[in-house]
Amino acid sequence: MEQLFFIIFASIAVASAISVVSLRNPVHSALFLIVCFFNVAALFILLRSPFLAAVQIFIYVGAVMVLFLFAVLVLNLGKSEFSEPIFHRGPWSIALLLGLFVEIIFLILTGPLIATKDIYTEGAMIKNTEIMGELLYTRYIFPFEVVSILLLVALIGATVLVMKDKGK
Amino acid sequence: MVPLSYYLILSLIIFSIGLSGVLLRRNIIIVLMSLELIFNSVNISLVAFSHYLQSMTGRIFVVFTITIAAAEVAIGLAILVAFFRARNSVNVDEANVMRG
Repeated sequence: MEQLFFIIFASIAVASAISVVSLRNPVHSALFLIVCFFNVAALFILLRSPFLAAVQIFIYVGAVMVLFLFAVLVLNLGKSEFSEPIFHRGPWSIALLLGLFVEIIFLILTGPLIATKDIYTEGAMIKNTEIMGELLYTRYIFPFEVVSILLLVALIGATVLVMKDKGK
Repeated sequence: MVPLSYYLILSLIIFSIGLSGVLLRRNIIIVLMSLELIFNSVNISLVAFSHYLQSMTGRIFVVFTITIAAAEVAIGLAILVAFFRARNSVNVDEANVMRG
């Protein structure tokens, strides 16, 4: 049963990902990217991480994609921007991609998994969000603070970058 | 129970699609969206490893990855707006000088 749901979500995610990179109109790409994000969120639920699924939908669909659509609308692209050739440096890129693909498939299928298991079994993961919050505020408090500073820097950086008059 | 390798192969497929978008497309907006696809594929493999190793580290890492992705999108779109003002185009091939 779980496998059936995995196949449904995975195939929709892959199909919408292909649409994202192959469609000409950026708005259509953005809408397919939203479909892909929803399916990845569903996969997170299959992996017993409902908190991450919620965060994925809030941040990616709610914030990131709205920002993307907003940027596309603000830039007011002409039709000429949609007529770029898609296969620009085709042969080299596809050779590189195929090489990478074969290499990683080989590693996935033959590589042994030697890491030891931790204590968070499926039973313990029922309190998923609670465990996560506790860890974020105890063991991972330093990266948590660093990330907050990074967000502040990104906020200031984005504002400075789009200012018209740099105040010479 | 879905085997771990299924999730890893799904992650690899989405990663390859995202990478092909970065390499093949010239529209900077679609290049940024392909970067988001790559972020997502990495998130899938992190959560899958975390689930199968019964650990929390991967899941915590995904929280940070999503935060970094949000910051990256804000900066990326700011650069996109600045670039569009300077060049009146969204073709990444035209971004070939360092001087603003």
